[in-house]
Amino acid sequence: MSVDVRGATGVGIVEARRPSRARAAVRGAYIIWYRDLLRWWRDRQRIIPSLFQPILYLFVFGVGLGSAIGMGMSGGRAGAAPGGVDYTTFMYPGVLAMSVLFTAIFSSMSIVWDREFGFLKEIQVAPIPRTAVAVGKALGGSTVAMLQSAVLLLLAPVVGVAVSPGMVLAMLVLMFLLAFALAALGVAIASRMRTMEGFQVVMNFVLMPLLFLSGAFFPLQGLPGWLAVLTHLDPVAYAVDAMRRVVLSATAAPPEVLRALAITDPSGAPLPILAEVAILLAFIAVGLTLAVRWFGATE
Amino acid sequence: MVTSELGTAGPTVAHDGQAAPVVEVDGLVKRYGTGDSAFTAVRGVSFAVYPGEIFGFLGPNGAGKTTTISVLCTLLRITEGTVRVARYDVARQPDDVRRSIGLIFQDPTLDNQLTAQENLDFHAFAYDVPAAEARERGRHLLELLELWDRRNDLVRTFSGGMKRRLEIARGLLHRPRVLFLDEPTQGLDPQTRALIWRYLLGLRQSDGVTLFMTTHYMDEAEYCDRIAIIDHGQIVALDTPDHLKAMVGGEVVTVRTDDNALAAREIAARWGLEAQVHGAELRLEVARGDEFVPELVRALTPRVEAISVNRPTLDDVFMKLTGRAIRDEESSDVDRMRQFGRAWGGRR
Repeated sequence: MSVDVRGATGVGIVEARRPSRARAAVRGAYIIWYRDLLRWWRDRQRIIPSLFQPILYLFVFGVGLGSAIGMGMSGGRAGAAPGGVDYTTFMYPGVLAMSVLFTAIFSSMSIVWDREFGFLKEIQVAPIPRTAVAVGKALGGSTVAMLQSAVLLLLAPVVGVAVSPGMVLAMLVLMFLLAFALAALGVAIASRMRTMEGFQVVMNFVLMPLLFLSGAFFPLQGLPGWLAVLTHLDPVAYAVDAMRRVVLSATAAPPEVLRALAITDPSGAPLPILAEVAILLAFIAVGLTLAVRWFGATE
Repeated sequence: MVTSELGTAGPTVAHDGQAAPVVEVDGLVKRYGTGDSAFTAVRGVSFAVYPGEIFGFLGPNGAGKTTTISVLCTLLRITEGTVRVARYDVARQPDDVRRSIGLIFQDPTLDNQLTAQENLDFHAFAYDVPAAEARERGRHLLELLELWDRRNDLVRTFSGGMKRRLEIARGLLHRPRVLFLDEPTQGLDPQTRALIWRYLLGLRQSDGVTLFMTTHYMDEAEYCDRIAIIDHGQIVALDTPDHLKAMVGGEVVTVRTDDNALAAREIAARWGLEAQVHGAELRLEVARGDEFVPELVRALTPRVEAISVNRPTLDDVFMKLTGRAIRDEESSDVDRMRQFGRAWGGRR
């Protein structure tokens, strides 16, 4: 029996559920975000060991370097206020930013991991818009980075920073903004990467420059012109600066020191924190655009 | 040589003449790259799959099977032609297509760090299956595939066969119209393969799901209602396994002599049969192998070292159509490398 039935009507075909695109996008982004958090929480016994490196930086590197340069910091600018800030306190927001930087980029780059282990295909064939996948992944990476780095806020009293709800809240917001900008960048990079070997390259050419140019370990004032230009291009620098101001205002450091350390606008006045937040938001927009475009282009 | 025009012919079995096709492929071409470096993996393929069918794509590695299935599942863009799955256009309505299909890939696509249940939960949420229905359906499928007791264990601790079963459960969770399986039992041992097929056949019975699969295993292809034999990106034959095997005249005689070339000439001269060289052996198609063999042994000048008579297999069909065996050395090497890679991958 050979019957051509291609002209026949679709008898017995059940219409598949057709939720709106917006609903699919929100659900998709949520479940991808949730999975990242679940995986992080499942691995929670790794949270404490992962604090070891920042603590090492803060207390060994920080104390050692602090004694080498004479403990007290005057802000590095001629005529800055005396009294200064303890180097570990100065470095503390830098270490927080470093933790956010590494965790955010590596969490979102787990897309490469998912590609290697196949789970990315499960995501790619699901009825989730590509944009929602990229956003969900960036949100997941940034939430994990913020939570993980927030544990380091417990060290605040040790470096002479008074903990208050306002200070913690401000820090969490800044850490999340930084994390989101970097996680979006991580998604963008991961969309272009096919192998794990790329990680090392990303470490060398993205993470380290972002960290060293951010002012995490030294003040950005009084630098040679070429270096000053580079530091102003580093999104992490604005986050470190904003976080440092929040941290230092919760210490006994005099306001002149804060002013002396701050990133300045071309007229020499310190940039308002809100301007720094705006710059971070701009970096988020760029990172997210790249992430959505590059992830969407993966065939 | 049967032309690819067979591919567009109407189906012969496995549908009641009423249902519209659930997969319709018309003149599909898939080209990778552009200009001089362009590579055409699929060269104008047309076929239709009907509800409730088990439809197989059979061919050697590199024939274009995975490329075709990837296009059907919206993972690759179409170069030319149209593809409709569950009546949705793959190029224009990819999200609707994705909602209507389930997928089982060659390599596992589970999250090893999550439990079996969590993998199902992720899937149900992403496909917008209502929570109550997802629970009920998930339980039904896990019980059917004998994974219910392990539902709260990390997938990392599962064997290859268990992972495959979990993927089948997950692929069917949202009640797809078609379940696509790309080499569903590759890399599994024979017992596990038989077990997986028992489940799949049972699911077709109970759920009426349509299965579209690719394979290069002959025995696996035997489960199909219809098979498209694909080679170099083209369908060279499309029919039921029995009809395909009937294309090979009668029985297959395989003979090894100490001078195959001479033997082939003698066979051609005496019986007018064309012997195909396959490694160190000659293959002949004859009506009655049992009567032919004694004659052959008597008549040949070269000494006969080994001889056998077999009912035609799909491998013989492929051999007849393309002049090559489906599993050449190259493809087994690739298989071995894949398994090696999996062994290492599984250790992380």
